[in-house]
Amino acid sequence: MIFLYAFLVGGAICLIGQLLLDIFKWTPAHLVVIFVVLGAVLDVFGLYDRLIDFAGAGASVPITSFGHSLLHGAMSEGHQHGYLGIAIGIFKLTSAGITSAILFGFLVALLFKPKG
Amino acid sequence: MLNDPKNYSENVKAFQPRIPYVKNSLKAFLVGGLICLFGQFLETFYIHFFHFTKQSAGNPTVATLILIATLMTGFGIYDKLARFAGAGSIVPVTGFANTITSAALEHKSEGIVLGIATNLFSLAGAVIVFGVVSAAVLGIIRLFIEKAF
Repeated sequence: MIFLYAFLVGGAICLIGQLLLDIFKWTPAHLVVIFVVLGAVLDVFGLYDRLIDFAGAGASVPITSFGHSLLHGAMSEGHQHGYLGIAIGIFKLTSAGITSAILFGFLVALLFKPKG
Repeated sequence: MLNDPKNYSENVKAFQPRIPYVKNSLKAFLVGGLICLFGQFLETFYIHFFHFTKQSAGNPTVATLILIATLMTGFGIYDKLARFAGAGSIVPVTGFANTITSAALEHKSEGIVLGIATNLFSLAGAVIVFGVVSAAVLGIIRLFIEKAF
């Protein structure tokens, strides 16, 4: 069942993004930035965790989960070390994504020729 | 008058291509949903065979999706997908990997340091900046409230 929910929720988040692009003429950069901030805002009230419980990858694959993970990492260290912990923990959960994006992005750019 | 500058934006509307809202939305829904469905297969795979928990399985899933998306960008496949799917390929984390790789590839001719390395985050940097700023501000507010009450 989680597979169906992942498809539906992930698709719905992308559909909302497409409508914002088409109707309000947002650029992709603005869309992605606002989705990240939205993910962080939804995490404040614990709403995004519920969405991940419900839809699995349907909620953790869209970019909104990036904002959610940033705040989650910041809060987990923040509860232990106070305000300094926010700076310590902010990349705790997103580290895998950012590291792999830099590493693979760099290697692919090195090995491949630009197309188009 | 068609050339009246006051009504320009009104007059030009008839000549602009109409946006197929429903078709675009359906394409975005389908492709975005399929990428998330594939992510769910990866997540289930990592939970069952590498003993990740439901919470921690997101990390290897995202890393795998990013690897696939960077390779697809290198082969020029992801850009074709993006032309078809719009937000369906921008919103998933694969779109983040695509902007990083394509920005670096585009400036490859300027060298490895000045071209590839400095341009890796020329588009994706905005995501990280706004993500970190909003998460830091919200984190400070939440911590303050939790300590106060």
